[in-house]
Amino acid sequence: MHKLETKHLIGLESVSKKDIEKILDVGFIFKEVLDRPIKKVPILQGKNILNLFFENSTRTKISFELAEKRLSADVTNFSASSSSVKKGESLKDTIQNIQSMKMDCVVMRHPVPGSCMQLKEYVDSIIINAGDGTHEHPTQALLDMMSIKEKFGKIKDLKVGIIGDILHSRVALSNIFGLVKLGAKVKVCGPPHLIQKDIESLNVDKTYDVDELIEWADVVNVLRIQRERMGVGIIPSIREYRDFFGITNERILKHKKEIVVMHPGPMNRGVEIDSQIADSPQAIILDQVLNGVAIRMSVLYLLLGNSELEKK
Amino acid sequence: MKKNNNIISVNSVLLKNGTIYDPFIKINKVADILIKRGKISEIKREIKSVDSKTLIVDCKNKIITNGFIDLHSHFREPGFEIKETIQTGSLAAFYGGYTRVCTMANTSPVIDTPELVKHIINQSDPLPVYIHPIGAITKGQKGEELAEIGGMVKSGAVAISDDGIPLRNSYLLRMALEYSKKFNIPVINHAEDVYLVNEGLMNEGINALKLGLPGNPDIAESSMIFRDLSISHYVGGRIHIPHVSCYKSLEVINQFKKIGLNITAEVTPHHLSLTDNILVGFDTNAKVAPPIRTKKDRDALIKGVQEGIIDCVATDHAPHSIEDKERDFQNACCGMIGLESAFGLVNKTLSGKMDLKSIINLFTVNPAKVINITPNLIKVNNLAELTIIDPNCEWVFNEEHIFSKSKNTPIIGKKLKGRVVSTINKGFLSNYNNL
Repeated sequence: MHKLETKHLIGLESVSKKDIEKILDVGFIFKEVLDRPIKKVPILQGKNILNLFFENSTRTKISFELAEKRLSADVTNFSASSSSVKKGESLKDTIQNIQSMKMDCVVMRHPVPGSCMQLKEYVDSIIINAGDGTHEHPTQALLDMMSIKEKFGKIKDLKVGIIGDILHSRVALSNIFGLVKLGAKVKVCGPPHLIQKDIESLNVDKTYDVDELIEWADVVNVLRIQRERMGVGIIPSIREYRDFFGITNERILKHKKEIVVMHPGPMNRGVEIDSQIADSPQAIILDQVLNGVAIRMSVLYLLLGNSELEKK
Repeated sequence: MKKNNNIISVNSVLLKNGTIYDPFIKINKVADILIKRGKISEIKREIKSVDSKTLIVDCKNKIITNGFIDLHSHFREPGFEIKETIQTGSLAAFYGGYTRVCTMANTSPVIDTPELVKHIINQSDPLPVYIHPIGAITKGQKGEELAEIGGMVKSGAVAISDDGIPLRNSYLLRMALEYSKKFNIPVINHAEDVYLVNEGLMNEGINALKLGLPGNPDIAESSMIFRDLSISHYVGGRIHIPHVSCYKSLEVINQFKKIGLNITAEVTPHHLSLTDNILVGFDTNAKVAPPIRTKKDRDALIKGVQEGIIDCVATDHAPHSIEDKERDFQNACCGMIGLESAFGLVNKTLSGKMDLKSIINLFTVNPAKVINITPNLIKVNNLAELTIIDPNCEWVFNEEHIFSKSKNTPIIGKKLKGRVVSTINKGFLSNYNNL
């Protein structure tokens, strides 16, 4: 029976290795479904899912919506302005509204860490975190892991580099939790002040030297540089960032070995990654997008699907 | 007898067989105390003849000591009566064993004039506790111009502080310290470098890393304490350091105490007893400023109390409404209530590590010295200002024990050790129903 130990998907820190492996396995099954002429399966018929986005998102939201629709769930979308979040009153109202709407599942994105965990305490619905501030973005990490597994056939003992603004990245944190659980070796790289002081306590290594990272890694996950961080003077300039931390064409050409390049999107071409690299065969960025739908179908199915359907 | 929130005003009370401990006049003996019309009329090994209307309280195996003094409370009035009022705050204090409370100036309006200080004191007149207001250092807590410090002291203020707003302007702190020498009051500066705090929401460290919460590093506190004490060392004036939270600050305080600088420091029950593990579930009730830190810091604070680097316990009782706490972690207000649970929590943490008398001193004689007051001592003909403690009572702290208007504390459901049986002051007696 395909059931997970976890009831919700708040973050990969609290999900077991067994659950992660199961989500990945089922992800590959759904990927096959996505290759069929008719991509819709009736697994979640009659289930109500609310996509609740308190922060801008295009691809994560579309990806969830596609996954939900392909599983035949009834989908409701709600996007709140981030100004209502700033007032800080929205979460409690949200909780009460959701409770009244009797949703089976809530997929939530929120700018503040911990919001999904708080929501879980008050609502009977199954909660899936679509990104909570600088905390976690578990489905992104799962699709990244699925893409790595697809490419290499395994995750254990692979050398995975994560490069960028680690300090403010929920993608990095979820990837670290997931990859370390599955036995990968993880090394983070970025400007020293954008890497947490205690990062090694998560059983990862760090370097400030991109070339060293490229030499070491089998695969590099390039994080999107948040342009809003530039305004507060934390990153001196785009050209300096590119110079020291960009996955540039020259830099990749310099190294003889071929590494696999990933990016959670959307890319700042010419900043953290050059177009030549992003569009090259060694990049699996578009596979990540497709796997994103498959992995979200997997998560939804494993958390929401009932076992009777499966027997049929 | 009039019942009100389990508090009565009573004419005649006999405390039987209690161990009297008054650290101010160094009394430590078993005796009976007879209180008549709010005054201690007799202290004797055995008082036999009392009239039938006298309330007799069995104090066997219990300690009768001076009423507790809290140097750091927020009663929110005027301006934020939805969170607390002078009355509800006083009831919470009285239930927790306190007879004197220093209230912080961060109300609306800010307590920054002699008239406002007087107003607070007048409000507390009919209540069972004495209130000693702390005036603002600067007008409107704005950090720009000195408030009327002299006038406020004349009206009854016992210290000055801009409360949660650190005085960033080092020159102004120097001026405040120098000026305050004339009035012999401590300057209390919330020591956190706001730039180092940045967007920090909890202690910077492994837990913050895992929770994805922006960290507030311990050096934000210790570096500002170093600045404050350096200025005080240079120009004189007296610094009292509120809510010390980390081992690095203790090192700085110890360094300056060793060279003889006249400074004092307080710790809250929560910094002394909890670690940042309490935030793993994003409990906004445990969101405080400065943040609760690591086990290493907590252990150092305990040691700091044992060694006298920290002088006293102060609650930083900070009531917030449900609306202010039931928010996402970033937008939830900082602070927790503490008056009702303070003794049980601190005694639980320190018992076995310190003798009971030293623990009691943290609530009585030590804070009194900081603000230079003498309460009504345990002597015949003095007003009865007493707290009765059962030091070994183990109990679970629940909502029913909260008299504050707000219930924001992560201590609910926790087991405490040591309990205030009753508090007596201004002719009132607390916890009557359970005596």
